[in-house]
Amino acid sequence: MRQDHLITATQLSRDDIEAVLDRARAVADAPAAYADRHAGRVLALCFFEPSTRTRMSFDSAAKRLGMDTIDMGDVDSSSVSKGESLSDTVRVIEGYADALVLRHPSEGAATLAGERVDVPVVNAGDGAGQHPSQTLLDLHTIREDHGLDDLTIGIMGDLKYGRTVHSLAAALTEFDASQHFISPESLRLPRSVRFDLHETGAQIREDDELEPVLDELDVLYVTRIQKERFPDENEYHRVAGEYQIDAETLETAADDLTVMHPLPRVDEIAPDVDETDHARYFEQAHNGIPVRMALLDTLLENATPDGDGGAEVDR
Amino acid sequence: MSEHELRVSKIRDGTVIDHVEGGQALNVLAILGIDGSEGFGVSVGMNVPSDRLGRKDIVKVEDRELSQSEVDVLSLIAPEATINIVRDFEVVEKNRVTRPDSVTGVLSCPNRNCITNADEPIETRFDVVADGVRCDYCATILRTDIADHIDV
Repeated sequence: MRQDHLITATQLSRDDIEAVLDRARAVADAPAAYADRHAGRVLALCFFEPSTRTRMSFDSAAKRLGMDTIDMGDVDSSSVSKGESLSDTVRVIEGYADALVLRHPSEGAATLAGERVDVPVVNAGDGAGQHPSQTLLDLHTIREDHGLDDLTIGIMGDLKYGRTVHSLAAALTEFDASQHFISPESLRLPRSVRFDLHETGAQIREDDELEPVLDELDVLYVTRIQKERFPDENEYHRVAGEYQIDAETLETAADDLTVMHPLPRVDEIAPDVDETDHARYFEQAHNGIPVRMALLDTLLENATPDGDGGAEVDR
Repeated sequence: MSEHELRVSKIRDGTVIDHVEGGQALNVLAILGIDGSEGFGVSVGMNVPSDRLGRKDIVKVEDRELSQSEVDVLSLIAPEATINIVRDFEVVEKNRVTRPDSVTGVLSCPNRNCITNADEPIETRFDVVADGVRCDYCATILRTDIADHIDV
């Protein structure tokens, strides 16, 4: 990957993705070899929205590379609550750190941050936009089970606002993957994501039920349907109930179906699925460590003038 | 030219933007950033009968020659527009507008949750795609209602 920042999954080529995933596998196989690789460097965690696992995952990944981390803390207690712009905030933090991880409630925030600073920026979620580092760990999980070609995947739940879905769908167009999107009518893919899929000629199908496609799937990627997306709570309960799965739902699935979820889940995957051979969501979350280590390692290497390949970086 | 035909007088020097879709003349001026304060003579004809368009608008800007890059952005709301450069009452150059690759600072993003609509020091930037424009920041695509999002 010869990039300064990771802002959106649409910027990633197949080679970029495979390079990071190969490195993630190497990290997972021999983590000690990476332990001091970026000692003395600092990663800034800038979360303008609550996050537990993404923040901790980047924190842990950085420390396992020998880095220190600094965290701007909750938005309520930071200068943002005094009205400072994102542009100013990231410019200031750029001086404190060698790379920056950003989560923000507005779509396009990471693009803006990437334009304002020279250190690598990783988009850890921008509103209902993109979440590309999640996609890399999703792809790593899929690759370990099935490989990334000749793949049939069902992506179910909130496809409209789900940033993990938008990034995953875009990245899968780089592979020979057939994508089934399963959601209520009101939460179908947004026009912009559909546009990109159409442009790449991706094989996609949209359904409002899981059952007709379940037995074809290698992977079922479930996302949470959030209550606040519905004006009426009764409507939410009626709709959300149709997109919940349990062990019984999966009886007609292929034996080697992999069930994934970006977490946190609420009730869209019943706990009895955890005990089946299909469940992979906890490994998926754990894969965040080697994948984010590989990603940070790659971006920092690109950003270092005398690093391996730094001279070829197109800045 | 008879009294009946005379709607907007000829200009000596400047730019005539002709064949603008009826009703879009004020948007044309907005996109060009012309509000009268510059001191140029500006004439606007609206809903003038046209063989080609049925009804058209015409905008004449005196003493200012608009460059091709300045007027290309008009193609988004007035794709049929023709640009006439006038010197000493003669049309010396006649061009069509062509679609630019991108548009900066002219449109506002319709996505209220886009970072360009937050209180940031930032100019909007849209890529021109097959049948509309697309926000460079949040990727929202704007198709039919572009004129409603002119923000200049």
